[in-house]
Amino acid sequence: MPSALVFFNELSDVPSKAQRELLTLASRFDQSTLAVASEVSQDAQNVVANYGLSKLFVAPSQGDVFVDHALSVLEASVKQSAADVVLVANDNFNREVAARIAVRLDGAVITDAIDVATDLVVTKDELAGSYSAQAQSTGGTLFVSVKPNSIDDEPQSSGQQLEVQTLEIQSATAAQVRVVATEAKAVSDRPKLTEARVVVAGGRGVNGDFGPVEDLADALAGAVGASRAATDAGWITHDAQIGQTGVTVSPQLFISAGISGAIQQKAGMQTSKCIVAINKDVDAPVFEIADFGIVGDLSKVLPQAAEEIRRRQA
Amino acid sequence: MTEETTAPLKILVLVKHVPDVQFDRHIDSDTLRLDRSESVLSELDEYAVEAAVALVESQGGFAAGHEVIAATMGGKSASNSVKKALQMGASSGIHLNDDALAGSDTVATSKALAALIEHVGAVDLVVTGMSSTDAETSVVPAQLAERLNFAQLTHALAIEFDGASRELTIRRDHAERTLSMAATLPAVLSVTDQANEPRYPNFKAIMAAKKKSITEVSLADISLSAAEVGTAGSRTSVLNATARPAREAGTVINDSGQAGIALVDFLAEQKLI
Ligand SMILES: Cc1cc2nc3c(=O)[nH]c(=O)nc-3n(C[C@H](O)[C@H](O)[C@H](O)COP(=O)(O)OP(=O)(O)OC[C@H]3O[C@@H](n4cnc5c(N)ncnc54)[C@H](O)[C@@H]3O)c2cc1C
Ligand SMILES: Nc1ncnc2c1ncn2[C@@H]1O[C@H](COP(=O)(O)O)[C@@H](O)[C@H]1O
Repeated sequence: MPSALVFFNELSDVPSKAQRELLTLASRFDQSTLAVASEVSQDAQNVVANYGLSKLFVAPSQGDVFVDHALSVLEASVKQSAADVVLVANDNFNREVAARIAVRLDGAVITDAIDVATDLVVTKDELAGSYSAQAQSTGGTLFVSVKPNSIDDEPQSSGQQLEVQTLEIQSATAAQVRVVATEAKAVSDRPKLTEARVVVAGGRGVNGDFGPVEDLADALAGAVGASRAATDAGWITHDAQIGQTGVTVSPQLFISAGISGAIQQKAGMQTSKCIVAINKDVDAPVFEIADFGIVGDLSKVLPQAAEEIRRRQA
Repeated sequence: MTEETTAPLKILVLVKHVPDVQFDRHIDSDTLRLDRSESVLSELDEYAVEAAVALVESQGGFAAGHEVIAATMGGKSASNSVKKALQMGASSGIHLNDDALAGSDTVATSKALAALIEHVGAVDLVVTGMSSTDAETSVVPAQLAERLNFAQLTHALAIEFDGASRELTIRRDHAERTLSMAATLPAVLSVTDQANEPRYPNFKAIMAAKKKSITEVSLADISLSAAEVGTAGSRTSVLNATARPAREAGTVINDSGQAGIALVDFLAEQKLI
């Protein structure tokens, strides 16, 4: 049975849903190890132990070095663990780190994975999810970035003893890239867009007011997303953008409101399990992929639906 | 950006020739390769070309001796994407075309592109798109930074260049933060669709592009063997690819005042609430 290494650049006290999914995936393999390029609290260690991982490499970074520290930690932990497969999150930062170390160590890299079997066959999305493909390494360590919402989070009942080892990282000879300023983003109480079970997204049709979209999202305990037209207009932050150049989501339920359904927009949401569309134009392309469509005004339909959900839940 | 002139910059912008996203795209079930017949310049690479040309314009323009070389790796028709980049303002083009390149994964692609960049020589800045619209991996730029030992400035939301210090600064999203990051050239810069608005070439630019040259190079020219690239040089192999069944349109209703309720009924039926 091959062994797996999971790599996190950062790990908070409460691992994110995507991180827990990666830990679940790793627990399928023997002798799985986690490497983290920052401090790991005791609380976080307790959660990790519940996934049956046996070892943790930690290597807190010295100062704000962008990619160099993560690269050193991943390289060292791949070498030390001698893992056959390395699992990382599918965001840009983690896949870049994995892809660079794959080049450095002459390994293989596969992105957009939705599953990794114990024989190391990877199932992945192609062409914005319109194809599903299987691929494997032709030799060398396999680096895989796994999409969130692909694996069911299943901690094992009994926690294992976790062996913690601090990695000695030689500080990179003068980092090439300096971080000159850091701005924290506003934090939201809503679930993370890429991990949410329900996403309600608004487009140009919201005409400046995301209130009804947010209200329905809250009634469904979902996340709020947007089309590029809405983010470009400045009605909502760029982080909310779904699509080819935004985030990809694959929730159980996607509600599209006032979005026409352009090809670049669909690229980010067409693998959702169930799609509902509200648009006042019967010819909007979004209706071609919607499981349930409403031709109507979102400023009437969304509040009515939110109120009805709250009434039934009361 | 500072307006002063600087030592001439040699910028190489990577443009990929990809199947048009506006049409249905197909992966052949026998060869497991993408049908590349209806291909165009990847729309995300237009932002890279714009960034490269705008950077030169901010540093005294092409008259100051700066160069923007549009480079591609792909089959015969990929030169059309280089032509488009020339129309957008790139000064010359280079096209790596060799049958042995077909089927390259990111490891093999970045190996070939790094060799091409080294063949061009003395490149200060490599500019790329944020992602190819066909492979969608977004990792070739970082792999190039690794192979060339250039600074990695990827996924730029905004770009600034200081000619005097030859320092490039970008903004990028990273976890719950937005970072400003700086590096001295040489660097690999990947550009998002937030960074600029690609220009449409006018008639004059289209005519001017006809006079610009595109150099064709083979693997031998860049000192790589067939075994190092293509399927042979790739570290991954594709076992199968299946089209997901197209989504079908479901029920569509007209709102006559109760559609919000009908929506909740639907969600309840689907056990989504
Ligand atoms: C390189 C590139 C990358 C791109 N990447 C992305 C991306 O990642 N994500 C993305 O979303 N787009 C992306 N786009 C843009 C995309 O092509 C579309 O322009 C965009 O998705 C349109 O957004 P929209 O549907 O909100 O606006 P529109 O296309 O203008 O549609 C608005 C819709 O709202 C409906 N409407 C209006 N008022 C109401 C109302 N009161 N009630 C109900 N319906 C109403 C209208 O009938 C219309 O269908 C990209 C484009 C390019 C070129
Ligand atoms: N075959 C290619 N020819 C030219 N540029 C490429 C090629 N493949 C990738 N690139 C560049 O690398 C970027 C990211 O591609 P990718 O990693 O495939 O998503 C693209 O936007 C291009 O700028």
